Amino acid sequence: MDDILILALLLIDATIRVATPLVLAAFAGLYCERAGVVDIGLEGKMLAGAFFAAAVAYSTGSPWLGLLAAIAASVTLALVHGFACITHHGNQVVSGMAINILVAGLAPTLAYAWFKQGGQTPLLPGEARLPQIRLPGVEALSPIPVIGPIYRELIDDTNVLIWLTLLVVIVTHWVLTRSRFGLRLRAVGESPAAVDTAGLSVTKLRYQAVILTGVLTGMAGAYLSTAHGAGFVRDMTAGKGYLALAALIFGKWRPWPTLFACLLFAFTDAVQVRLQGVPLPIVGVIPVQFIQMLPYVLTVLLLAGFVGKAIAPKASGIPYVKER
Amino acid sequence: MTQPPPPALEARGVNKWFGANHANRDVSLAVPKGTIHGVIGENGAGKSTIMSIVYGYLPADSGEILVDGRPVSVKSPRDALAVGIGMVHQHFMLVDPFTVIENVLLGAEGGVTLAAGRDRARKELIHLAREYGLEVDLDRPVGELPVGAQQRVEILKALYRGADILILDEPTGVLTPQETDHLFRILRALREQGKTIIIITHKLREIMELTDNVTVMHRGEVVANVRTAGTSREQLAELMVGRKVLLRVEKTPANPGPVVLSVEGLRVCDRSGVERVKGVGFTVRAGEIVGIAGVSGNGQSELLEALAGMRPIAAGTVRLRGEDLAGRPGLFNARALRRLHVGHVPEDRQRVGLVTSFEAQECAILGYHDEAVYNGRVLMDRAAILSRCESEMEAYDVRPRDPTLRAANFSGGNQQKIVLAREMERNPDLLLVGQPTRGVDIGAIEFIHKRLVALRDQGKAILLVSVELDEILSLSDRILVMFDGHLVGEVTPEQADERRLGLMMAGAA
Repeated sequence: MDDILILALLLIDATIRVATPLVLAAFAGLYCERAGVVDIGLEGKMLAGAFFAAAVAYSTGSPWLGLLAAIAASVTLALVHGFACITHHGNQVVSGMAINILVAGLAPTLAYAWFKQGGQTPLLPGEARLPQIRLPGVEALSPIPVIGPIYRELIDDTNVLIWLTLLVVIVTHWVLTRSRFGLRLRAVGESPAAVDTAGLSVTKLRYQAVILTGVLTGMAGAYLSTAHGAGFVRDMTAGKGYLALAALIFGKWRPWPTLFACLLFAFTDAVQVRLQGVPLPIVGVIPVQFIQMLPYVLTVLLLAGFVGKAIAPKASGIPYVKER
Repeated sequence: MTQPPPPALEARGVNKWFGANHANRDVSLAVPKGTIHGVIGENGAGKSTIMSIVYGYLPADSGEILVDGRPVSVKSPRDALAVGIGMVHQHFMLVDPFTVIENVLLGAEGGVTLAAGRDRARKELIHLAREYGLEVDLDRPVGELPVGAQQRVEILKALYRGADILILDEPTGVLTPQETDHLFRILRALREQGKTIIIITHKLREIMELTDNVTVMHRGEVVANVRTAGTSREQLAELMVGRKVLLRVEKTPANPGPVVLSVEGLRVCDRSGVERVKGVGFTVRAGEIVGIAGVSGNGQSELLEALAGMRPIAAGTVRLRGEDLAGRPGLFNARALRRLHVGHVPEDRQRVGLVTSFEAQECAILGYHDEAVYNGRVLMDRAAILSRCESEMEAYDVRPRDPTLRAANFSGGNQQKIVLAREMERNPDLLLVGQPTRGVDIGAIEFIHKRLVALRDQGKAILLVSVELDEILSLSDRILVMFDGHLVGEVTPEQADERRLGLMMAGAA
């Protein structure tokens, strides 16, 4: 009984750890896509964040400076995207893709120039990584059945960024539905002309949205290299930016369903790790490559069939040009 | 001696260029407080431009705007709202998934959170609704509301922001007659309360019915400022177009020949499988115009599309010059019908009649592009296409006369002329025409009507579908009325008047 509980808790724990960067990236995408700017450059911004977080954290010894550097780098790229797409009405997919390609090459190159370790940063020492939060009372609660193990395995010793991510989800929901900024953000993604004629600036709102996107992808990157991992390695985002985009679509651009989609993807990933090399009934041991495909196969299946009609914000992907 | 009060809104010497196009030429107009003021002109006369300048949506190149006698600097809609100018655009500026309240709040939220502003807005909107007859369901998404209600939301938006001057751009284009009446009641109630209303339109009847004063624009200039009571439809039409206009088509009695089109028991379904044409039968003879009247959405569109070969027919016979086409897909499709000399002017010229991103010369041969004259051995014969388009543009007075201009850049009337020229200049034995003058200005309407009558006089058969009763009455030799997929009556224009037709169209006679 206890074994099953512990196993379940470990699986949930792994799910949360894998889900965190996905949630951050998906919510990053949520802000800009609800404002009408498509961003397939989540991947690139996350990767840039991961590199700068690790590089700065290693050089200064402070994970917090690393986090700031990650956010700064990611926001810079977001502004480049904004400049191309908002100011100059460029194609949003092309601009996003350009950022992905740019960073995929630039990050390892910079890493090589700085650290001479084949495109990686050196392994980070413990104090250069974002800390886990230790909670009081673990010893006291431990003997209590169910609650004790949940508290010990799941809630205690959780990374600070995971707590921050939880906060991001709640705040995003509140901002979107209850705040003036949220109302304007949703409006500019649906009908920028309505926003313009109401006397508001479409450009300003969209820039605000892409900056928020930059902040969140920066956090996602920092999580990968300085919390979940201990250093930057080449291509460490491994398609998470695209997966986040898929989760966003699966969640129909709404906060709670998007969170659920991220958790679902992360859960299959956690299961996938558990299943590697384990003989299954009837089929026996499945080659590891097939198991690793699971989250991606699930993504394709969900997006192809099970989402139902996903209605994107109406003005998403369309530059706003004033009509005569 | 007391000074008369300054006008609520005044424009002095406003100029605006779009590239080489002088869209507003020294435009000056004054709107007295508490009046309804009409601004009329053909498409492209500059009436929307001057109003966009007043609303701060476009910057003027020179000139000044005065509100209550004081010069104001209006650089954005926000400035306009601040001095009490509100605008209801032709295409509504609404966020469809938002509720009515959220739409009204946008840009006037009254705080960082929405809660407080929402309660205040609700109170204020209920008050406004009661005072002016602006009832709408405040908690419904506006996308689900009928067009008339969406327009009331736009008016509420302006009033909630404290507008004293309300500009409406072509407000009745999308409304039913009942909704138009409702709108006019609202506007009169607003005038009673001292609001100033400016209405931009090209419908003369509305100007005569509603306004106190009229400003007439022609090619970017103000050509007249008159009191409505001291003018007439004919005079306004002449001022608008710059020459005398016949509001009624002149034609001789028809001289019908043999039957060209004969339809029996025709049934047509729409895309979702709902039957929209429920067994109709009629004939069209050579040398007559048969008009199909009806409120939009009673199956006329589906009927026309089916006859043009664009939509499969579910049952019935369609005979062309005695030959049954139904059930012969080789002959009964849009392409084959063209070869059988059936022309089709679709109802929706932008979506069906043209490819708006194509050049005019390419649009001029759409559907006929495989004819030998336009094709060399491998490539198309550009010179032949160009000369064809040039001669059509000449004959139909398409402006600007530029065959290489993209179709999207022509005004609605000129787009329609391109389509009409293409279909009519090939001398069809049968012409199917849907809404030939929808969104077309008054000078072009006269031209199009004359052309249709001329084609009839050459002994061609014409089937006309239109929701404009005036058009049906003045063009048709016989009128069929369609209601709920059935033909509910046939009358001649002499027997018909608008009241009687209106009752038939409503299924009440």
